[in-house]
Amino acid sequence: MESIQQTESKIIELKPFTDEMIVNMGPQHPSTHGVLRLELRLDGEVVREAIPHIGYLHRCFEKHSENLSYPQIIPFTDRMDYVAAMNQNWGFCLAVEKLLEADEKKDFEVPERAEYLRVLICELNRIASHLLSFGTYGMDIGAFTPFLYAFRDRERLLLLFEKICGARLTYNYIRIGGVSEIIPMEPGSVDEQNYLDEVKEFLDYFEPKIDEYNDLLTANSIFSERTMGVAVMSEEMAISYGATGPNLRGSGVDWDLRRDEPYSIYDRFDFDVPVAKDIPELGALVGDCWSRYKIRMDEMKESVKIVRQILAEGLPDGPVMAEMKAVRPPKGEIYFRSEAPRGELGFYIVSDGTPKPVRVKGRSPCFSALSALQELSRGLMVADIIAIIGSIDIVMGEVDR
Amino acid sequence: MNPEEIYKTLIDRFGDAVLGFDFELVGDPNIQIAPAAIAAVCQYLAETDSLAFNSLMCLSGVDLGAKDEEFSVVYHLHSLRYLHSVVLKTSMPKTDPHLPTVSHIWKTADWHERETYDLYGIFFEGHTDLRRILLPDDWEGYPLRKDYMEPDFYRGMRVPY
Amino acid sequence: MPDFFSEGFFPNINLQDSSNWATDFVQREIIPRFPDFPVELGSVLVMLACAGIFVAVVPLLPLVLVLAERKVAARFQNRTGPMRVGPWGTLQTLADGIKLIFKEDYIPPQGDKLLFLLAPYIIFACSFAVFAAIPFGQNILVSDFNIGIFYIMAISSVIVMGVIMAGWSSNSKWSLLGSLRSAAQIVSYEIPLGLSILTIVMLVGNLSMREIVGSQDGGIFTWLIFRSPFTFIAFFIFFISAIAEVNRTPFDLPEAESEIVAGFHTEYSGMRFALFFIAEYANMFAVSAIGVTLFLGGYEGILPGYDFLGGLPGFVIKSLGLVFVMMWLRWTLPRLRVDQLMNLCWKYFIPISFFNILGTGVWGLIFKNDDVWSIGISCAIIYVGLIGAYAVAGRNMARKPEPQPSSV
Repeated sequence: MESIQQTESKIIELKPFTDEMIVNMGPQHPSTHGVLRLELRLDGEVVREAIPHIGYLHRCFEKHSENLSYPQIIPFTDRMDYVAAMNQNWGFCLAVEKLLEADEKKDFEVPERAEYLRVLICELNRIASHLLSFGTYGMDIGAFTPFLYAFRDRERLLLLFEKICGARLTYNYIRIGGVSEIIPMEPGSVDEQNYLDEVKEFLDYFEPKIDEYNDLLTANSIFSERTMGVAVMSEEMAISYGATGPNLRGSGVDWDLRRDEPYSIYDRFDFDVPVAKDIPELGALVGDCWSRYKIRMDEMKESVKIVRQILAEGLPDGPVMAEMKAVRPPKGEIYFRSEAPRGELGFYIVSDGTPKPVRVKGRSPCFSALSALQELSRGLMVADIIAIIGSIDIVMGEVDR
Repeated sequence: MNPEEIYKTLIDRFGDAVLGFDFELVGDPNIQIAPAAIAAVCQYLAETDSLAFNSLMCLSGVDLGAKDEEFSVVYHLHSLRYLHSVVLKTSMPKTDPHLPTVSHIWKTADWHERETYDLYGIFFEGHTDLRRILLPDDWEGYPLRKDYMEPDFYRGMRVPY
Repeated sequence: MPDFFSEGFFPNINLQDSSNWATDFVQREIIPRFPDFPVELGSVLVMLACAGIFVAVVPLLPLVLVLAERKVAARFQNRTGPMRVGPWGTLQTLADGIKLIFKEDYIPPQGDKLLFLLAPYIIFACSFAVFAAIPFGQNILVSDFNIGIFYIMAISSVIVMGVIMAGWSSNSKWSLLGSLRSAAQIVSYEIPLGLSILTIVMLVGNLSMREIVGSQDGGIFTWLIFRSPFTFIAFFIFFISAIAEVNRTPFDLPEAESEIVAGFHTEYSGMRFALFFIAEYANMFAVSAIGVTLFLGGYEGILPGYDFLGGLPGFVIKSLGLVFVMMWLRWTLPRLRVDQLMNLCWKYFIPISFFNILGTGVWGLIFKNDDVWSIGISCAIIYVGLIGAYAVAGRNMARKPEPQPSSV
């Protein structure tokens, strides 16, 4: 008996064994951005493995869609990425419209005015989404104040959305064939002019703020130390994991659907696509958390640029809704992707010619990006996990659908 | 390369495993592949230099109806190098839904296949971690199948409301 | 069996009051009026009264500070802060306190109950015991040990025991992580803290808080921070380490809410949580007060001979100034990571502190007494150093490329 104990103690002496601790981070956790659950295997502070478990916000979007007519599905897309709901509406409508356009029997076209309104509102929505991402990322890293600054500015955007569609979060504004007219805005009317003036006022207020936020957080040395060089996602890895949008551009891939596969009227606007590059003086590497975050900050400026171009041109006259009796796409299949704030939002729709789809699949950008977390987080620290989750900017509503 | 050319390339390379090309389909026409060959075809598409389909945009299961005999799985591929895309479709009988995995080719297929397994009950052979992803681990049935009947109770909680 | 308390562990250390100010007070104020009053009883009563005032007044401090923190944070964030309870929300903390008293006192059933109950009291008691040695004014202090600063260091190190107990007994992994972080952090930062206090002790040659303040009675330029360039550096090391000691952002890892929920007090609720909370703010004020005493002249004013209310207002204003700086940092800066925190301590602060001690020794050899010359030379060096640091930092900032949108 004693000898066994002696041998054991010898083994312990020769091979110091540290116990691994299994910790559940989430689903209720301040910074897992909703209800993500991570199963962490920790060796002290070092993460040996972080296994994401999702599905806590699964609301059967795809099953619902099979039992609803096309216009009825749009409110459900609102609930996918509730931070950028306009873009989700648009992504779904674009896919359905593509099918409708493919129908040779009917002459279907989205009116010009609606297209302008869509771009205007979706770019503002992109700013709102990136603002939220900026604020929560600051809070994840430990700075509380940027969060409230971001919400202060987002509040003004939400008021703008409320004025055009009556809702602040789940808009149901972009409809198949145009945009909602629930709050009438006649072309050339005082209402329209007032609205555009308010948008302009916001842009004038907001554009200098981006630089201020960059000074406050982006250039902060503690912040950059926490995020630069952390969790580097290489170009190949990003593509293989299907990371899209700011995450892909943060890994140095110059790819933006708005420019490279222009849909709607994006080819008429002049804007840059920010792509991460190494900044050796600061220590930033392509593909690290800081690069992903920085892309979002830069994209806000580009969105401001696009909206300014719309304001300069003014909204065209005409209706905001295409004339059609009922949404009844022909038999066929379509996969259409658009550039939502979090990446490529794809909708795969199988139609059998009835008013209800046979199959709707929402390909959510966060779902794909989140799957890279397990590989990214290996060997980092607990605090880095938070930095990664924040930097890939997930919204659980979209991951779980 | 447009889908027709890719179809011809695949016919040359794989012969019978490529079942057809639906030119008539409105929307995205797709190339039908035999289920057993899907992984090989995908590997070829991903690793051939002239094709270089390095990104899997979407992987979705499809069940066209309760009377239909087959499940389909649709792969939307895109090449960031050549900027071309192609749609592959493979169908398998509902009685035996098995398919080779492509998760070793594109890592994003890992979770997409898990989701398809979760909601359709299609088994991806060779997948390293084929667990339910959206639904609880002990959920019974595959909800996106057209003949799915929701259970009355789940762990003592009433499901239909 | 030696009598430790009369002889002391070491011949020069006396745990009893070195100046016997209470006896002095009794003999000065009471004996002339009541000649028959026993002096010993009088001095004990005076000390008890003093302690009573402290026990009653010091817990009020966190109440004020909590409200101040919320108001300061609100100002930083374009908000108004609490506005509902009382005029401008001034009674908000009171309302919160009442709410906390009525909350359920939850004890995790799987935890270690005794330790769980004990931990908040240890932290609370230690953070208030520190106040016993802080001289708020010329005669406003509970007890003036001849080892005052040593006592403060010793007592404040006990806090980490309470933190570890709280983390361990909660039987929660987040608490455990938080308490281990806290232990590592407090133990590490105690070293630069102690070393920077040592520079002061070397210059003054005394551990008594009153003596330390007494040596700074010649106006702002005799404050120890300006007495030599090394104490100037030591002040900043002291202050940053103190922020780490009291777990405030950017060093609030033990209670980093975005990482480990609430750290070591995750499982606490109700009044026990409030005790942690009060202790945190009391600590904050305590370290600021120590910083003021050691470096910024204590209750001595900017001009020599200032003696309004024994210097209490000046002392409180200076301490609150440092508290405000802590709040300012908290609402501006993000949080460090564990390894970066340790790097900062072991790779930068501790070597610099040792350099400081060496430098202070040399300085003390060169300038045997503090006269106009030594202070003048010291201030000149500090001034030149600041200008140099500003120039270097400015050049770095100019060279640092403003992160531009990288477009292709």
